[in-house]
Amino acid sequence: MDEAAQQSRLLSGFAKTIAQAKERAAQTSHETKIEAINFNFFYGSFQALRNISIRIPSNQVTAIIGPSGCGKSTFLRAINRMHDRTPGARGEGQLMLDGVNIYGDLDPVKLRRRVGMVFQRPNPFVKSIYDNVAYGLRVQGIRDRRILDEKVETALRRAALWDEVKDRLHKASGTALSGGQQQRLCIARAIAVEPEVILMDEPCSALDPIATMKIEDLIHELSASFTIVIVTHNMQQAMRVSDMTAFMLMDRETRAGELIEFGPTDEIFTNPKDKRTEDYVTGRFG
Amino acid sequence: MSLKSSVSPNYARRKAVDLIMRGLVLIATGLAIVPLVLIIGYVMIIGGSALNWEFFTDIYQPPMTVSMPNTGPIDPNDPFANLDLGALVGSEPATGQAGAGDEKGADILEAPPRGGVLHGIVGTMLITTVALLIAMPIGIMAGIFLSEFPDNSVATTVRFACDVLSGAPSIIVGVTAYILIVNAKGPDGQPLGFTGIAGSIALTFLMVPTITRTTEEVLKLVPEATREAALAMGATTWYSTFTVVVPTALSGIVTGIMLAFARGAGETAPLIMTVLGSNVLMTNLLEPMAALPLITYRYTESPFPSENTLAWGSAFVLMMLVLLVNILVRIATRNRLRMR
Repeated sequence: MDEAAQQSRLLSGFAKTIAQAKERAAQTSHETKIEAINFNFFYGSFQALRNISIRIPSNQVTAIIGPSGCGKSTFLRAINRMHDRTPGARGEGQLMLDGVNIYGDLDPVKLRRRVGMVFQRPNPFVKSIYDNVAYGLRVQGIRDRRILDEKVETALRRAALWDEVKDRLHKASGTALSGGQQQRLCIARAIAVEPEVILMDEPCSALDPIATMKIEDLIHELSASFTIVIVTHNMQQAMRVSDMTAFMLMDRETRAGELIEFGPTDEIFTNPKDKRTEDYVTGRFG
Repeated sequence: MSLKSSVSPNYARRKAVDLIMRGLVLIATGLAIVPLVLIIGYVMIIGGSALNWEFFTDIYQPPMTVSMPNTGPIDPNDPFANLDLGALVGSEPATGQAGAGDEKGADILEAPPRGGVLHGIVGTMLITTVALLIAMPIGIMAGIFLSEFPDNSVATTVRFACDVLSGAPSIIVGVTAYILIVNAKGPDGQPLGFTGIAGSIALTFLMVPTITRTTEEVLKLVPEATREAALAMGATTWYSTFTVVVPTALSGIVTGIMLAFARGAGETAPLIMTVLGSNVLMTNLLEPMAALPLITYRYTESPFPSENTLAWGSAFVLMMLVLLVNILVRIATRNRLRMR
């Protein structure tokens, strides 16, 4: 009698686990690339992120949206440990790249070779266009001129910049380009080393609409070969470029950023489960 | 009531104050450049007139109207070898003044300038270049440390020490170098004595703080985003510093080095205490050497007008030398990339 009850309880628990797994598999048809489980982030004693749990799928574009100060940039920069230079900044809990904890066993230099980044403001080096794109390759110790030439050209073509700069690769400084071209140069620089993940921190916020459109087209094309995580203020942009969307919000009392909702982009924007997500995406605040 | 006065009733007063302030600033700026114009102008007019081909190709020659009998080869190890004692005796002030008709004295006082400052040019270039070669790596590395690792007790101490040292009177630096190097006992138990290298080291004391602080300041101007971009590419801190941060700030660092060079080339007090000076061409840094500021210093107070001219010419050459090196280095290190 007792045994039978226990067994049925176990069975129902088992069925539940399977159902959950199925549901999760349906949610993310792609393999998980980056996974956070109860990830917390602190600047000194201030907690900037609380209990972030998210599975970012491979070879898709994941957008992180939310109002200012909600911690979306903090989370993005935590993925390639850009906070290491900030005194007192530390991550706790699990944040994993292919199942390996980023804040544990991964060396930041090796991590950043796998996780590239494009910043809010275009930040090309005061070097020639060629040297800008070849920088990451040279960091990895590639000195062979033919390999460099080939990879630089490939990267610039993929970033849709080749035709605009091919005749001044060695003559013009990366800073001599227009803002939109500079940002595409930064993207070329990031993809030249063929990372697995590209993080983009509001890559279009300093650009005009036409340059923005070009970058967005580029993000579409690149998502076939890279896992892209993009932070954006612009909800229309998130709708246009992303497959998955995460909505983050700052807790009013503790001022810590929390993940409110994560799901396929069309669901977040058309049928959000959380009232706060709905309020945000319909423009009631933010 | 006009529209203007209704908008701002004190418009006329504000305009007047603006005009007065602008005038005051203009006057102050004018006063500030007066000494500069005076110094450069005076040196150019008096020193420039001393220049001729011989001035750059010859070493010091005592004031004479007639050529000296050849007394044989000059001993290159004797810094006073061709200091002409005969001429000095002939020009004793008592003789020169009391006996205005004295032929010899009058001759020497009216002797035309002759000889040159080749020994000084060579000495200054050698001493300053060696000093710069020592000071550059130390100063640049220390500057990188201060800028890239700014918040620790070592950095604070170094920064403070640099500020104190760059304000220290140069004679104190000279005395320190004298005690530490010139007066130090060598392996044979004798003092090391006056040497060119001692002068270089003394100048290093003055150059390092300048290079360190300017390097630190210009590296701080490199945007944080540039460093982050390099780090995000998987570069280590030192790799990003040497491939991105330093090249970005290169022209500023060069400015610091040139400032240090100009200061070192013009210093007199530390050289008096360390290289002593010489009237012959010396290229051995382990011997006393000549230097342009020392020539200026010694012969400005000379009773012979021809030697005074030499001092002015030497000052002019020093100025031009610093300017020339500055221009050459800027051409050599300028960024060849199109920036527009």
